[in-house]
Amino acid sequence: MLSTQENAIIIEDLKKSFKNLEVLKGVDLTVRRGNILALLGPNGAGKTTIIRILSTLLHPDNGNVFVNGFDIKTQPQEVRRSIGLTGQFADVDEYLTGLENLLMMGKLYHLSRSVITRRTEELLKKFDLTEAARRPVKTYSGGMRRKLDLAASLIAYPPIVFLDEPTSSLDPRSRLNVWETIKKLLNDGVTVLLTTQHLEEADFLADTIAVINDGRIIAEDTPGRLKSRVGKERLELVIKRQDDFERAVTVITGNDLSHNSAEKTVSLAIENGVNEIQGVLNQLAESGIEVDTLTLRKPTLDDVFMHFTGLKPDEGRNEAA
Amino acid sequence: MNSQLVYKKAYWMAGDVWVLIVRSIKHIYKNYDQLLGLTIQPIMFMLLFRYVFGGAIVVDTGTYVNFLMAGILVQGLAFGSLTTSFSIATDLQRGIIDRLKTLPIASWAVMMGHVTGDLVRNGLQAFILISMGILVGFQPTASALEWIVIAVLIVLFTLAISWIAAIMGLLAKTIESVSWLGFLVIFPLSFASSAFVPTETMPAPLRVFAENQPFTHVIEAIRALTLNRPVGNHLWMALVWCFGIILVSIPIAGYLFRRHGGR
Ligand SMILES: Nc1ncnc2c1ncn2[C@@H]1O[C@H](COP(=O)(O)OP(=O)(O)OP(=O)(O)O)[C@@H](O)[C@H]1O
Ligand SMILES: [Mg+2]
Repeated sequence: MLSTQENAIIIEDLKKSFKNLEVLKGVDLTVRRGNILALLGPNGAGKTTIIRILSTLLHPDNGNVFVNGFDIKTQPQEVRRSIGLTGQFADVDEYLTGLENLLMMGKLYHLSRSVITRRTEELLKKFDLTEAARRPVKTYSGGMRRKLDLAASLIAYPPIVFLDEPTSSLDPRSRLNVWETIKKLLNDGVTVLLTTQHLEEADFLADTIAVINDGRIIAEDTPGRLKSRVGKERLELVIKRQDDFERAVTVITGNDLSHNSAEKTVSLAIENGVNEIQGVLNQLAESGIEVDTLTLRKPTLDDVFMHFTGLKPDEGRNEAA
Repeated sequence: MNSQLVYKKAYWMAGDVWVLIVRSIKHIYKNYDQLLGLTIQPIMFMLLFRYVFGGAIVVDTGTYVNFLMAGILVQGLAFGSLTTSFSIATDLQRGIIDRLKTLPIASWAVMMGHVTGDLVRNGLQAFILISMGILVGFQPTASALEWIVIAVLIVLFTLAISWIAAIMGLLAKTIESVSWLGFLVIFPLSFASSAFVPTETMPAPLRVFAENQPFTHVIEAIRALTLNRPVGNHLWMALVWCFGIILVSIPIAGYLFRRHGGR
């Protein structure tokens, strides 16, 4: 038996079917208190189904699930008091203003008036929504809605937060902005379970990544280790002149070096991010070697899938269907 | 459970319902084009029947507009109550329901909010319609007590239709399907009734239906009360129908609501 003291979320042998469609085929997962776990998987893998079961919106067919130490089957009200949910599609009231949405949530959580006022102001500020607070949500951009949605799920200081694809349909800038706010959450010691289809997002946010495909967890590890199991980021440099290329091969040091003389390319694995890239570029500059183009190839969700399933994500799904 | 805990729970529940009622009332004025549409449509109907068809319809209430008022009012209230199905379907399809259901509140409070919102909107609408009626010649002779009875009827009828509308909102697969589903139910009930013409001229089977369905009883009761005529059994039948519908539809709506989303 796992400890509910240490683990905010415990899922054991969770199964769920819709009619004849077996969506979850035995999921085991634990999240330690104060950690962020990212559930990474393609469309239809069962991510939303897990979140809905954890937040008492759906009954499981089989398995034990404990959230904050409470059994979702026998203590749903206690579970609801422990969680904040941000669903896959923005769950806010379109006609109300951002401020009215937050105040309403605060009241429905039975917070005292002074706490509601303080918390609302704090969250609006944190999520950069103070200016838009008195406008109807109808007029918000997708990113603003998402942020309001996040704020609404945090109003009652829940110890556990579920985020279902928190940055889907956001442009890169808003995505970064939402990531930063989620990161800040962690400073408050909140336990987070988030789902995503982007390895990059899981990598940036999570302590642990669980890869889900076709209703089963097929890998679970820290982002670093998971990526190194899949393959590292690679820096690819195309050198301008042939004589420079020959010198470059001797100058550049790094892991997993390879070069191609005909195309004048040098590539190497990057383990320490920007610093390492900077280092390589400095080495080249000091030797007066001119670089033509530079590309950074990251392992993608596809790479992770192919690694763990031997299939492309689409193939996995077709087979399941 | 000790009595203090029961008291506290009841207090919270009442508070939750209140918060959600306020939400629905805010929807009324934040979505004023809906209110406008819901009010203009029965006014158009009233003008149409008053000035276009009215001359050709023979009634025993003196002027036709005196006859028409109760029918227009009840039809307007019925269509107004359909807003509940729209609001509930919107909540369900757009996802805010998931958030509300993960709150530690009684989930039927959400439906209570919408139904009460309808009540407020219909009250407003009834006031506007009756005032418009008086402008085009409606001459009510009801006493203060009779107006109170009319108000009670309006409230009960609105509640009855709103709870049916709640069920339709819960059954609808899309927000769009809600409007024709409502139309399908309200249209025959309001036209196959004594709303616009006396039932005497209808063919026999239709007449039996028209004379025994709830809309006719509510319409006849209001008509008699406004015009100082004998109410007969219409008032009692109207009350029985309204209470009956409310008592049956609340548990059905509650069941469908809890079941929503594959629980
Ligand atoms: N209420 C339902 N009734 C029937 N099938 C359902 C229901 N909810 C989900 N499914 C099916 O279960 C499977 C998993 O769905 P789920 O929403 O959990 O996937 P997901 O991993 O969240 O996908 P996405 O990345 O697209 O959000 C899908 O095949 C979906 O069609
Ligand atoms: Mg999903």
